[in-house]
Amino acid sequence: MALSAKNLKAGDTHEEVVVDDLKRTQVVMYAGASGDYNPLHTDEIFATKVAGYPTVFAHGMLTMGMTGTMLTNYVGDGRLTKYGVRFVSQVWPGDTLTARAEVEAVREENGQHLVDLKISTVNQDGREVLTGSATARVDP
Amino acid sequence: MMFARAVGDPNRVYYDDEYAAKTEVGHVIAPPTFVQSSAQFDPNYGLRPKPGQPWFGSGKEASGAARGGGGGGGGGGGGTGLHAEQHYEYHRQVRPGDVLIPTSKPGKTWEREGRRGGKLHFSESVTEYRDQDGELVVTARSVGVRTEKTVEQG
Repeated sequence: MALSAKNLKAGDTHEEVVVDDLKRTQVVMYAGASGDYNPLHTDEIFATKVAGYPTVFAHGMLTMGMTGTMLTNYVGDGRLTKYGVRFVSQVWPGDTLTARAEVEAVREENGQHLVDLKISTVNQDGREVLTGSATARVDP
Repeated sequence: MMFARAVGDPNRVYYDDEYAAKTEVGHVIAPPTFVQSSAQFDPNYGLRPKPGQPWFGSGKEASGAARGGGGGGGGGGGGTGLHAEQHYEYHRQVRPGDVLIPTSKPGKTWEREGRRGGKLHFSESVTEYRDQDGELVVTARSVGVRTEKTVEQG
């Protein structure tokens, strides 16, 4: 499962569709699981009439969580040492998101082999919704 | 498992003891963004309705009350508060039985003129999650942004 430093090089990529046609129900599930009940995410009347948005939108952390699935599928379970993101555009119900990791560097630190990844998640229109980076332990 | 379900991750390492025992980590672990759900245990978390207190979501009216306050790590408060960035450092994997105690401190604040949301006020908060023995498990850095107006679309 785990990646091996000797088989990795800068520029290698891995991508996955992490959600196809995001449903409002999944946003509700995330609200319940995370405890973030901000009505912007689940309350259509509040989101449109009070906040002025076209509809509800997903928690940034749901996008980070879904992108995390791509990452752990790629680097293996329990291998991440760092994972950080910026939320650059909102994610709306109906969106299909593709998350992608690109190898920036393969290095050794204190005898441990590590891979640095650049992360980008885009919607069906190719618009970037999340950018970030991650570091994971890899086998020699 | 509820959290993994919500992010749509079917990986058995997040809930199946027998399966997880045979993996490299050797036990069930939490998904990478799981500590976000510590909001559930924060008695003062502003983005959860509380019995007997006003809530700003819709009821008879589109907005029932004044906006709640921001919540630590939750990415800002109501209406115009949005989550801008989130960063985690993992010192070890979170496993069942862990009791994680978060300690948050405010970080930097800064402002910038945005393209779609007017003036943007950023504020950072750093949360350390330590286990029952005081060992550092996860360090989280969250950046919230307060926008002057609704973010323009397009």
